[in-house]
Amino acid sequence: MKRLLDRLPGFIFLLVALSALSALALIIVFIFYEGIPIIAKIGLGQFTLGMSWAPGKGEFGILPMIIGTVSVTLGAAVLGVPVAILTSVFLTEFAPAAVSRIVRPAIQLLAGIPSVVYGFWGLTFIVPYIRLWIGGPGLSVLAGSVILAIMILPTVISITEVSLLALPRTYKEGSLAIGATQWQTVWSVQLPAARSGIMAAVILGIGRAVGETMAVIMVLGNAVALPESILDPARTLTTNIGIEMGYASGDHQQALFATGIVLLVIVMSLNSIAQATLKRSQR
Amino acid sequence: MDPFLSIKRCNNSLLKRIGIILVSLGLVMLAGCSQAQKAHQIIIAGSTSVQPFAEILAEEYMKLHPDISIDIQGGGSSSGIKAALSGTADIGMSSRDLKGDELSLWSAEIARDGLAIIVHPDNTVDHLTSGQVQDIYIKAVDNWAQLGGQDGDIHLFTREEGSGTRDAFVSLAMDNADVTPKAMVQDSNGAVRQLVGDDPGAIGYISLGLVNDDVKAVDLDGVAASHENIINGSYKLSRPFLFVSDEDPEGIAKDFIDFVLSEEGRQILTREGLVTRDAEVQP
Repeated sequence: MKRLLDRLPGFIFLLVALSALSALALIIVFIFYEGIPIIAKIGLGQFTLGMSWAPGKGEFGILPMIIGTVSVTLGAAVLGVPVAILTSVFLTEFAPAAVSRIVRPAIQLLAGIPSVVYGFWGLTFIVPYIRLWIGGPGLSVLAGSVILAIMILPTVISITEVSLLALPRTYKEGSLAIGATQWQTVWSVQLPAARSGIMAAVILGIGRAVGETMAVIMVLGNAVALPESILDPARTLTTNIGIEMGYASGDHQQALFATGIVLLVIVMSLNSIAQATLKRSQR
Repeated sequence: MDPFLSIKRCNNSLLKRIGIILVSLGLVMLAGCSQAQKAHQIIIAGSTSVQPFAEILAEEYMKLHPDISIDIQGGGSSSGIKAALSGTADIGMSSRDLKGDELSLWSAEIARDGLAIIVHPDNTVDHLTSGQVQDIYIKAVDNWAQLGGQDGDIHLFTREEGSGTRDAFVSLAMDNADVTPKAMVQDSNGAVRQLVGDDPGAIGYISLGLVNDDVKAVDLDGVAASHENIINGSYKLSRPFLFVSDEDPEGIAKDFIDFVLSEEGRQILTREGLVTRDAEVQP
């Protein structure tokens, strides 16, 4: 009896854990069940490499959306990653305790802002300024990149910080002892030593950017054509689903689920690469 | 104890537990599905263009009949018609004419809606021909100077695939020609109106009833976008708002439709900016 009571909490926790897992399984099974038929019908190549998306005419090519996703995400990485890495170096090495006590929670607060608020802010603030000062309609790859760059900051900063803090103190002490300055120590010893952790941080940030929907729907313009410059509107895989799901039915709806499959595969591979890199950095 | 034996036993019980959980999840879902529809409730679903008007009508109707509850959902014309066909909804709302199989459904036109082609109030262009609208939307023309306006790129806004407003625009204004994929896509009348109102180079189309001072509706082929011109048939861009049902409506659904088609219902719709067949237009 006592043994049974001992095992009861374990059983309950297993139940809870499994219900979370079964939700994952249900989602994956459902998306594949809904999306695979249309991929089988038009062919994986036609679907992922097709240039024309016109569901009304039965054309389902998502290459413009894949390229849209890649360009917006790259833009976000180019704008956001340097800022994030320098911020984490500042927080771990240079900031006085009083400053980092304010800066650190402030950055974490960025992660708590709902994405629709980012989108609305981008629409009323970033978009008009791009239109007035740089050109184009304002709704553009650039606007999406700026918003996503801000949104990935908390992820990249906190993981980079953790991997910098995890370095053995001896690296820093040794470097300073042989006469290197603090900046030389950071640049030539600490950052290279933490590089796989930083890589993982960047990849996780990119995964966040790829999956973001609401903020980019509002500032990206959502045109289905291939963007020719960063001032052109574009559509990502997520916004393709978000903007069209309301009215979709039949093949169109299946094609949106198939878009979800492609998205799921991309995000899962990014996450597993990040996990693998993190594991390597811990070894 | 043989370690392999214990692993095997553990696996067995694990599988059994997973089985129990999946079965109970299934039962929960079944219970959710079988919940009976309330006797004094009807469900109306479909076009998001008709939805705000149906909500106002339902509110008035429920004031007269407090014991009845009318649940109104969006989803778009196609899914509304599908919902009426399958019986998921008592009444479907459509903002386009029925086609194909759908023609066998019972339907009533509750009002007509006009589409307005809108530009920024500062735009000097205030009339366009059908040919010019088509040229703009296939991107044969891309500068306002070519249309007699001030030099500047034309920023095109359209609605998403499957939207009733887009269908109406493509069939009424474009003679079924494809809208260029370079057009920016927004998923509501309100979003198009806001973006056109913000951008002096923009053009878009929305329901006539939703035009306000932030945007300017242009004349089409010399005919102003007005209620009078929709009633007398001279304005080209108008579409029906339909209530559909899988069989002749009865009970609460019939009573509600009778209310909508009555003098009182028509007055409400006219007041809200729609055009009804017989009601006098209030200036």
